[in-house]
Amino acid sequence: MDKKRRQFLKIAGLSTIAGLGAPAALNMLLKGEPSPVSFASSGGGAGASQGAAPTGVRLGMVVDQRVFDANKGLAEKCITACHTTHNVPDFGNPKDEIKWIFQVPYEKAFPGKSHNLRNEKLHDSRFLVFCNHCDNPPCVRACPTKATFKRKDGIVAMDYHRCIGCRFCMAACPYGMRSFNWRDPRPFINKETFNKEFPTRMRGVVEKCNFCVERVAKGLQPACVEECGGTGAMVFGDLNDPHSEIRKVLAENFTIQRKPSLGTLPSLFYIV
Amino acid sequence: MYDAKYIIPGLIVFVALMTFPIWKNMGNAGPVPKPEKPVGVTKCIDSVKYMRTSHMKVLDDWRDEVLREGDRVPIEVNGVKYDKSLMNGCLKCHADKKKFCDECHVYTSVKPYCWDCHFVPKETF
Repeated sequence: MDKKRRQFLKIAGLSTIAGLGAPAALNMLLKGEPSPVSFASSGGGAGASQGAAPTGVRLGMVVDQRVFDANKGLAEKCITACHTTHNVPDFGNPKDEIKWIFQVPYEKAFPGKSHNLRNEKLHDSRFLVFCNHCDNPPCVRACPTKATFKRKDGIVAMDYHRCIGCRFCMAACPYGMRSFNWRDPRPFINKETFNKEFPTRMRGVVEKCNFCVERVAKGLQPACVEECGGTGAMVFGDLNDPHSEIRKVLAENFTIQRKPSLGTLPSLFYIV
Repeated sequence: MYDAKYIIPGLIVFVALMTFPIWKNMGNAGPVPKPEKPVGVTKCIDSVKYMRTSHMKVLDDWRDEVLREGDRVPIEVNGVKYDKSLMNGCLKCHADKKKFCDECHVYTSVKPYCWDCHFVPKETF
């Protein structure tokens, strides 16, 4: 044993470095990419709007604000149709309010857009807003119980049985399209007009627009779209089908989306 | 032991009183529930035995299939199609919740939370 203490320490140090570093280096070489994935890169970013799912059905909607501006009262009729169809309660109190679809002014709907010296008609326009059914939905990522999930056809749906009322999804949704049942909603549902084929919700769950998934399954249009009838104020269809009506409308008109820079890839388009 | 002549009879009376409900109902399971079957329909979507033990599993499976997988193909029995739904399926035939669902649920002391959200379409909530 003629090894000196100094030599031993050198070898021990080198083998420690090799042992720790080699697997990481090998991983990088094999995968051909730096391993730590940043949180932002999975969320998209400015360039993500090209990343929408190109195959399969992806349901979306176009809201034509020109038609809503021309037909006063049409938007309110859409709201009533939706809220009656889905037994949405009316608490008569903005703090507890449950909203699946509602109206907001331009600057609330499109806060990222320029407001200075904007077109005059936008001052009075009230935009219908509802769940964007994002292709990259932050609410789904935030939900700890998978109560909210994205279906294959692009609808971001909810299973109220699994909702534990943590409201992470409400914090995650950048559009504020989710409402929480602070109180038992049943006494506040109109007993004359409620829909006998759709359940109510209970206290302590979050709810939002479901793109009328139960009507779409029967081959019907969503309740709000049906209410618009032949006016063309709302167009519903498959964004991935190049021959669908919605694609025709999108091709012919300039449309904007809500907060596109967040990379959530909304399925709602607005013709201003 | 001091005062054994009081304590021991006292204990016997106490134990007898406390266990009274047990030996009073011994060998007697109480009135057996008789859920009312729907009139005019003879066949459910599965055997009576299976439905009795596993209807809650059926409902859970339906929920996941309908909501998550979008599979709403109705169940067909003797040419009649039933929606995979509590309100729009089961309760179409079993229209009286009190005489059907509650009959056994009360007997077995289970409190399913179905009715927090769902309701009997023919009644109101």
